Amino acid sequence: MLTTEEIAQIEHEISLVPQRKAACIEALKVVQQHRGWVSDESLKDTATMLGMSAEELDSVATFYNLIFRQPVGRHVILLCDSISCWVMGYEQIRDHLIQKLQIKYGETTPDGRFTLLPNVCLGTCDRAPALMIDDHLYQNVTIEELDDILHHHR
Amino acid sequence: MERPLTKHIHPDREPLSLQEYERVGGYQAVRKALLELSPEVVVTLVKDSNLRGRGGAGFNTGLKWSFVPMGPDVPRPKYLVANADEMEPGTFKDRLLLEGNPHQLIEGMILASYAIGADISYVFLRWAYKKAAQGIVKAIQEAYNAGYLGQNILGTGFSLEMHLHTGVGRYMCGEETALLNALEGKRAMPRAKPPFPQVSGLYGKPTIVNNVETLCCLPHIVNHGAEWFKGLSRTQDAGTKIYGVSGKVKRPGAWELPMGVTIRELVEEYAGGMLDGYKFKGALPGGASTDFLVEQHLDTPMDYTSIAAAGSRMGTGTMIILDDQTCPVGFVHNLQHFFAQESCGFCTPCREGLPWVEKVLLSIDRGEGRPEDMNILDFHTKYLGPGNTFCALAPGAMEPLQSALKYFREDFERHIHDHQCPWK
Repeated sequence: MLTTEEIAQIEHEISLVPQRKAACIEALKVVQQHRGWVSDESLKDTATMLGMSAEELDSVATFYNLIFRQPVGRHVILLCDSISCWVMGYEQIRDHLIQKLQIKYGETTPDGRFTLLPNVCLGTCDRAPALMIDDHLYQNVTIEELDDILHHHR
Repeated sequence: MERPLTKHIHPDREPLSLQEYERVGGYQAVRKALLELSPEVVVTLVKDSNLRGRGGAGFNTGLKWSFVPMGPDVPRPKYLVANADEMEPGTFKDRLLLEGNPHQLIEGMILASYAIGADISYVFLRWAYKKAAQGIVKAIQEAYNAGYLGQNILGTGFSLEMHLHTGVGRYMCGEETALLNALEGKRAMPRAKPPFPQVSGLYGKPTIVNNVETLCCLPHIVNHGAEWFKGLSRTQDAGTKIYGVSGKVKRPGAWELPMGVTIRELVEEYAGGMLDGYKFKGALPGGASTDFLVEQHLDTPMDYTSIAAAGSRMGTGTMIILDDQTCPVGFVHNLQHFFAQESCGFCTPCREGLPWVEKVLLSIDRGEGRPEDMNILDFHTKYLGPGNTFCALAPGAMEPLQSALKYFREDFERHIHDHQCPWK
């Protein structure tokens, strides 16, 4: 069941667009903001609000890289794997994170703290390699700094 | 050297507030256009300035606008969309403008909307630009409060709504018709053209999608005129350009410079040259979907016409350097991994071809390639080229591949012959 707050926020988004369906990406963002991800149940409830079938909404949800249809950790690490970061050695950062967190891409640490995901170019190629944790952007990342960076996200 | 777009951008400071922006001449162009010029005059002015789309395609902006139906009996509302979905790998120029001076973008959007008679405008911003989003939300509110947005702007009868839409991440959203589908809450798949968005765009209404940098040029063109704008450039393509360099150079970054500075100047002067111990081997001049240029092209001016004549595209003007200690096969594999992942999957050549190319490149990079793999790569550059796919994603993906096969063919063949990557 969506909460009263989620429903109110989704109705607000619907009020801003000419067709209910047009608010669907915003609606998915609302759910994800509250729950961290979009479960099958939330998806169905949201679809009902938008006048869509769950399948149609799922086709939108799964098209985009940053709507999570599986549970994620409290913090999501998005590591840029595009060309400038590759040239500047992001693979060392990746290997270090995998070793340190003992998870692979797409997995969450057993304590539910971090999920590690590759991400396309973050648009900060002059300060590569780069990663984002939640809303925080980290640039010119070095292996030496990684522990400190992770420490900021409990 | 004049730097109109970045003159008031100081990356270490907060962007200008509305009052600060007005104090340095901000919104004067809106006053001038709305109070003194007709929309037709603005369209002609921009057409004459030879402003070409800074998103990569390089189409004349005024000409693009001129296809929008005008007059009292046309379908409404009409829309103007700022394409701020900067997701081309290696590209970070719009971030500078978005974070640095959101009011300049808003002013440009008001001017474009006035020229085409738009009623509603959107900034389509990629999710990753969090700081930009905050600045834009604040600036839009300030512009509403000051009466530059909303009903009856400056008492002229012209009205304009503006909204920020933040995407949820997919490269396809940068393609203008796919962007419109995303704004409508659909999968961001490209639409068939015609009809062009100018006639039937967002919700089937006339729509213009312009790149952020393109829109940011408009206040300056309206203030100073078409001839002034052309005079900023060293070559036949007008204006300044935000150029960028990334890779193994001493000072990677982005700079507003006269259109037509050479690749050599960008690499050696502005980026400070290659890092010690590294040599320049090649560069993608304008993002991941442009053809490699190599040492023989270093003195080519970075403008649409000259870069095209050299066999590539200026694209976004943000260059990615390939150095002599980076494997070109690995480099191209990284690019094809991106394109294969970001293909929308709608048309078969792109959906099936790009993963095939990616796998072949991975095999070669691992020393498991076979001589016939070169043939597989060669024919993909034809079959995924222009005219064989629904949109420009796969042809764009083939540009760095086909030029790598041309300039670095020996490196590919050495991997296959030696059964290993010479760079590992």
